[in-house]
Amino acid sequence: MSYSITEPSNGQKWIAGTLVILYAVITMIPLLWIMMTSFKTPPDSISYPPKVFYEPSLEGYVNLFTTRTRVSPEKLASLPPPANFAEEIVRNRDMVIAGPSKFGGRFLNSVIIGFGSTFLSIFLGTLAAYAFSRFKIPLADDLLFFILSTRMMPPIAVAIPIFLMYRKLGLSDTHLGMILLYTAVNISLAVWLLKGFIDEIPREYEEAALIDGYTRFQAFYKVVLPQAATGIASTAIFCLIFAWNEYAFAVLLTSGTAQTAPPFIPTIIGVGGLDWPAIAAGATLFLLPVMIFTVMLRKHLLRGITFGAVRK
Amino acid sequence: MSDSTADKLAQKTPRRVARKIKGLSDRAIAWLFVGPTIFLLLAVNIFPLLWTINLSFTNFKANRINREVKYIGLRNYERILGDSDIWLSMQATAHFLFWTLFFQVLIGFALAWLINRKFRGNDLWTTIIVLPMMLSPAVVGNFWTFLYQPQIGLFNYIITFFTGADPSSFEMLGSVDLAPWAIVIVDTWMWTPFVMLICLAGLRSIPDYIYEAAEIDRASKLRQFFTITIPMVLPFLMLAILFRGIENFKMFDLVVQLTGGGPGSITEMASINLKREAFEKWRTGYSSAFAIILFVTVFGLASIYVKALNKVKER
Repeated sequence: MSYSITEPSNGQKWIAGTLVILYAVITMIPLLWIMMTSFKTPPDSISYPPKVFYEPSLEGYVNLFTTRTRVSPEKLASLPPPANFAEEIVRNRDMVIAGPSKFGGRFLNSVIIGFGSTFLSIFLGTLAAYAFSRFKIPLADDLLFFILSTRMMPPIAVAIPIFLMYRKLGLSDTHLGMILLYTAVNISLAVWLLKGFIDEIPREYEEAALIDGYTRFQAFYKVVLPQAATGIASTAIFCLIFAWNEYAFAVLLTSGTAQTAPPFIPTIIGVGGLDWPAIAAGATLFLLPVMIFTVMLRKHLLRGITFGAVRK
Repeated sequence: MSDSTADKLAQKTPRRVARKIKGLSDRAIAWLFVGPTIFLLLAVNIFPLLWTINLSFTNFKANRINREVKYIGLRNYERILGDSDIWLSMQATAHFLFWTLFFQVLIGFALAWLINRKFRGNDLWTTIIVLPMMLSPAVVGNFWTFLYQPQIGLFNYIITFFTGADPSSFEMLGSVDLAPWAIVIVDTWMWTPFVMLICLAGLRSIPDYIYEAAEIDRASKLRQFFTITIPMVLPFLMLAILFRGIENFKMFDLVVQLTGGGPGSITEMASINLKREAFEKWRTGYSSAFAIILFVTVFGLASIYVKALNKVKER
């Protein structure tokens, strides 16, 4: 083992570790509270003092996915016994399931728009990044700066004409419209990150391929793309997370068919006030995939955040 | 670029032949690859921006399409600069911007410094700290309104637990004094990790030999901190401030969900005010002018800042 005078002492490490872990635990409390609330019953969720220990219930999730109507006790008694656990939970509250809620559709919209725009951003972004990295493009620096500067615009500043434009073109409240919009927002970051990754791939590989008789296209997708795969994947995750989380455009430009989950979740209302377990259940289902992604892919993601920022 | 072997070969070949051999010329491929991106950005970013500028000189209202659109020169701009609501929203934005940056830089740098002590398992804990910034601000902001509930909220309960104050005696989101701080707390919770990560990248970029040299010169740890660590991390820290500054100037989703601009209009920041003018009062021309003013402000402040940043880097 080598000793270095710059290596922190064990005592220092211990104190630093304790403080960081303490901060991490405090940071996690609100997120844990969301998940805990999603497994509470509505009365448990609003009890005082806040309940840390409680009997877990799936009522929040049942309420999230269904709409319910209240029925009279006589009618309730005349019904056949509940067919599944969801009906049983609902009937304990003197209600019956009236049908599915909109949540499933909103969640699906988030998936379609998220993956659609990520695919498009990566597809266009990789092509542009390759061209900027390898070819002489007139005014390349200006173009790159232009691409980057579009990110400084407040979304609301362009929302008014986009709203008018989409209304004219019939794109408002459509999946295609949202996919194009999110692609336009994401592509600047995608080009910048991807250009960095492609710059790192030695040119000699392609040149060898060109001399072997490959065309530029073949050299691009047989030599460069496989080499850039990791960079492309981590860029894709950034694009996906942005599109997944976006709220301002979604709330202004969608209301029904193409509405994503972020504007929908806060509008979940129960009988007599906000149904916090159902909101928490929606939030949990919506946030958990991102959290798992982040923990699993932490090496690439953390590098991407600083890399993207520090390069600029 | 042109001095690579393949390019030299390509240049020697007559164009027509090159085309036959390689399919499309490099130039054509370059434009084919860059074209769609430029087109998309022009269509969805630049064209709307130009349209906003055009609208800002009119009295257009998007909910009354049939009304005659008149060009009224700079009247919208004049009215905005004289509008006290707009100035209040700028004040709310400035308060939010200053205090979020203050806390995030302070805590973010401290955390990065601690994590850089390289204790065991530091990368896992770093990841956990980073989680909030990956999540949807609207969904998270909405849930924080639950934590902030006066009687039943967890946040109020914890404050009560430590201070003994009556849990229903203070409303974080309902009181004019507390609401501006409530949004600062959530934003700090959410975005401190971003500042932390950038600082960490800065700290890790300082080579060990500088500290070793300082040790040999018998510089104290404190002196090393102020003459090596701080100056070397400063450019990174300033970058983090730039990004957070731009983002928080545009802040919309988190605060809309938390307070909706209230109580009254104490947390109504520029973007929220803009949304209200544009999509609730439908004063399209007026709000376009406001959007342009905001855009120019961000751009102006950012470019002054970048100049300062470059000076720091040169040192």
